[in-house]
Amino acid sequence: MKILVTLLWVLFLVACSEKVQNIGTSKNVDLPAYMGAKNNYVEKNWTPGDKISWEAQLKSRAKGQDEYTRVE
Amino acid sequence: MARMKFICDTERCIECNGCVTACKNEHEVPWGVNRRRVVTINDGEIGAEKSISVACMHCSDAPCMAVCPVDCFYKTGEGVVLHNKDTCIGCGYCSYACPFGAPQFPSQGTFGMRGKMDKCTFCAGGPEEHGSQAEFEKYGRNRLAEGKLPSCAEMCSTKALLAGDGDVVSDIFRNRVTHRQSNGKAAGGDVFGWGTAYGVPKKDAAPASGAKS
Repeated sequence: MKILVTLLWVLFLVACSEKVQNIGTSKNVDLPAYMGAKNNYVEKNWTPGDKISWEAQLKSRAKGQDEYTRVE
Repeated sequence: MARMKFICDTERCIECNGCVTACKNEHEVPWGVNRRRVVTINDGEIGAEKSISVACMHCSDAPCMAVCPVDCFYKTGEGVVLHNKDTCIGCGYCSYACPFGAPQFPSQGTFGMRGKMDKCTFCAGGPEEHGSQAEFEKYGRNRLAEGKLPSCAEMCSTKALLAGDGDVVSDIFRNRVTHRQSNGKAAGGDVFGWGTAYGVPKKDAAPASGAKS
């Protein structure tokens, strides 16, 4: 009897649930850039998937924009 | 974690439009869409003419993200503001919200006169698989995932346009300003803004008659 009442309550309350209706998502569904690109243009100085080596690669690349350090 | 930023040094920009061309070429941006452009003020006035290369500034508190009704924007771990073209409805709200005019709308495409929004991605592609053809067709090349910096900055002939980790590019810019000052040249230490463009008004200047308070 107790089980039957519980089942009835479950059936009664099931209409109270609601599906998520968000049209878009602000969640970042993108993979991190350090995972690397699957093409032949990836620089050889770092290892795809290794965040530390990717950051070091971008840092050295950014420092290459400074001609004061390049000529010294 | 690096925070990716652009800085344009107005003392160096020579309005060559190399950055614009590099961007167009790298991502095969369609006719009528300019992810990056060079703006010149005081054109022809000796000493007062300034040019600046402008694109999406990947704002920390991006107004485009705030106003998007379908929430298609997202931010990467490096602070790059990207969007999902599958979710974008091409309404143009982001265009009104952006102070830099970064969002662009192609005149050809699914929505006829106004297609889905297109903007600078900091050469970081979109939510598709990195380096895939699908990503390239929707968002262009993903140079960050290739271990490179944005094409516009790397192609800049005078290195006026700097891109990369905010700490690194601000160090480079600071070093330049110091060198210019020590050489007795115009330091150009102010990052481009209203004051750089039109001069700083005198503090004791009376407001013009009829001017609104």
